[in-house]
Amino acid sequence: MTTLTGRASLRRHRGGISRGEAGSGWLFTAPTLILLGLFLVVPIIMALWVAFSDWTGNGSPFTSAVHFVGLSNFSSVLSGGGLDEQNFGQALRNNAWYVILVVPIQTIVALFLAVMVNRQILKGRGIFRTAFYFPSVTSSVAITVLWLFLFSQSGAINNVLGWFGINGPNWFNEPSGIIQDGLAGLGIKQGPAFLTDHTFLSVSWWDWIGGPSVAMTALIFMAIFTTSGTFMLLFIAALQNMSGEVQEAAMVDGANGWQRFRFVTLPQLRPTLFTVLTLGLIGGWQIFDQIYTGTQGGPANTTTSPAYLAYSTAFGNGQEWGQGAAIGFIVFAIIVVFTILQRIILRERKVSKRRMRLYNLPPSAREGSSSDEDDDGPGMSAAIGIATASQVNRSGGTV
Amino acid sequence: MQRRNRWLGAGALAVIGAVALSACGSGFSSSSGGSSGGKLTSSKKPISVLIGSSGPAETAAVTSAVADWSKTSGTSAKVIAASDLNQQLSQGFASGKPADIFYLGNTSLAGYAAAGDLLSYGSKLPNKDDFYPSLTKAFTYNNQLYCAPKDFSTLQLVINNSLWQKAGLTAADYPTSWDQLESDAKKATTGKVVGLSMNGQYERIGAFMVEAGGNLMNATSTKATADSAANVTALTYVKKLLNEGVMKYAKDVGESDGGQAIGAGKAAMTVEGNWVTGELKSDFPSVKYTVVPLPAGPSGKGTLVYTNCWGIAKDSPNQAAALKLVEQLTSEKDQLAFSQAFGVLPSIQSAAADWKKANPTLVPFLDGAAYAQGTPASKNSAAVVTDFDSKLETLATSDPKTILAAVQKNLQATLK
Repeated sequence: MTTLTGRASLRRHRGGISRGEAGSGWLFTAPTLILLGLFLVVPIIMALWVAFSDWTGNGSPFTSAVHFVGLSNFSSVLSGGGLDEQNFGQALRNNAWYVILVVPIQTIVALFLAVMVNRQILKGRGIFRTAFYFPSVTSSVAITVLWLFLFSQSGAINNVLGWFGINGPNWFNEPSGIIQDGLAGLGIKQGPAFLTDHTFLSVSWWDWIGGPSVAMTALIFMAIFTTSGTFMLLFIAALQNMSGEVQEAAMVDGANGWQRFRFVTLPQLRPTLFTVLTLGLIGGWQIFDQIYTGTQGGPANTTTSPAYLAYSTAFGNGQEWGQGAAIGFIVFAIIVVFTILQRIILRERKVSKRRMRLYNLPPSAREGSSSDEDDDGPGMSAAIGIATASQVNRSGGTV
Repeated sequence: MQRRNRWLGAGALAVIGAVALSACGSGFSSSSGGSSGGKLTSSKKPISVLIGSSGPAETAAVTSAVADWSKTSGTSAKVIAASDLNQQLSQGFASGKPADIFYLGNTSLAGYAAAGDLLSYGSKLPNKDDFYPSLTKAFTYNNQLYCAPKDFSTLQLVINNSLWQKAGLTAADYPTSWDQLESDAKKATTGKVVGLSMNGQYERIGAFMVEAGGNLMNATSTKATADSAANVTALTYVKKLLNEGVMKYAKDVGESDGGQAIGAGKAAMTVEGNWVTGELKSDFPSVKYTVVPLPAGPSGKGTLVYTNCWGIAKDSPNQAAALKLVEQLTSEKDQLAFSQAFGVLPSIQSAAADWKKANPTLVPFLDGAAYAQGTPASKNSAAVVTDFDSKLETLATSDPKTILAAVQKNLQATLK
């Protein structure tokens, strides 16, 4: 973001010290550049080539025995009506429901926990913070194993449900979608023909809207349980960066607790919200270890994710390395598109006329203050932006 | 100057990339040579044996057998127990330095063979006619026997003795036909006990398809036969048992497999492989059980066979020694030792008599080799079977014909 004048002054400044500085600059960045190049850029380029080749996993993908096959790896998972497409559609469906449920819920839970443990009057805040953060620092493999026990047929969860007379499902063995289960409870066992007869990626629309399977729902609970703590930490950091004066000003204006949260705190959290949602989204589309250690995609393929499918396609009995890599790049594209969409949805907007009315300003005052507000708005958001930029950076480093 | 530096940086990256790639390339170069001509590679290099072990007992038994061979042959060899066999194999093949000898499931054979990872050494085995034909068929790809069957397992009917007696049944009632199985299951079904329980997947229910004279593919996995009338008959029969409530899938009685179901006393009968003996011994040591042959269906006796072979890598620098080691590992002496250590069935017919003497109660499992059929082994067929399994979970409420038609379509796609 260097401006033209900035760059000019830089050049002028460098004129005196010249080459030595640039050289040592490269020297100091070299280790990172080499590591990133060797372990990130080169493998990605190799994988990109594999996605367009018929490499079978034997020897180097860069020998003359490996051929360029164009888009055939992509087309076999995106079209054709075969099992490859059906499995990919199923994996996409599973993961989409996972993301749709996990990202909003974990964000709301994290925000709620952060606001709660950030309150001055709460005693033993440190204990709560540690307790909520604890699942995040525990290995996901360990938690998966714990989950398999908790959600087994005769596990703790079903026992607790039994106290209320509920006959709990056999969680990790139940492939039916929870929305379809709900509809079946209402007597709708078969979907309408326009949903069951039409398919997208070889999966019928009735199945697309069928909701996550019961097994996937258990994994969704787990994701919320483990990651809410991490994001709670980001929210706490943002909340502690907020100045008390704005809150006090709102109190003087007579805002109640909910109004202060909704109209004062929440708008200031927008950059953190963006970070949390983006990280949640990226993590959500990359679920792998829970599935690899927990369910292996079962029951009935209802817990496969594209990431797991990419792995099993390449390493499984088909040895379809090109297809596996292609699935990886499709997931990459999905994540990029969703992140951009989110960026657009969460961008800063001018205060709308409708929103302005909420503040109940008399018409005359509104005329006078509108220029004020225009000045205040961007200024304030810029300050918040700076305050949270460090958090974004910090979390960016851990991704 | 800044621009020039940027190019310098890009250049540096490009150089790094080139170095990395050429490093990979040099490591792989030996693979292109291959050894399809029939001459085995030979060198002084040590042999590595990669196994997908079921536990410490298996690892110890294989390690000791390999150590014995090392002592007599003078070639050093080491055993590595894989944590994820397929992944470690794939890594080895991609790097050009695979394990010399490894476990290879019959469902994985086609994928690796088509990729050119495997040495096809079956024709060089002196005792190749001693292996059960149902096993050598499972490891034949493109009309070549690729590797020596290591051992095998079959499915049979396993009965919980006390529940059987409680239902008023005796040894004379052991089912020999589908009708008898149904009536026995009805008698054994009470409030808490279900007559028959097994996993709701092709790997168990497929036995009924064989008994009806069908299977998903032909013996050499070159033709899809999923939508045959015999298969429809089998699934219709299983569906009937499910709907009568005399058979339940293991998960529906809250157990992970049929062995657990009869061990926990939730089912009187199950269809399981010979591994169930180890499972029952460790989890339910006090439960008494009897193994009897699966009842005959419309086309006679039938069961499914599961088997692994000793794969040898095409890129191995010491194929000759590896072949010698495999010959010893499939010898009668070693196979009987393995069988004693971790309960597998020896893959050679000459070991059968001794094995039966040592394991009189498990004889039906070994006898199954005569009439057993393999599971689909064409490339990518594992994904089809997984999909079939998911459809079988709802067999009680769906139409067998529709299920099998979908499987047929998917299996045909794997043959292209």
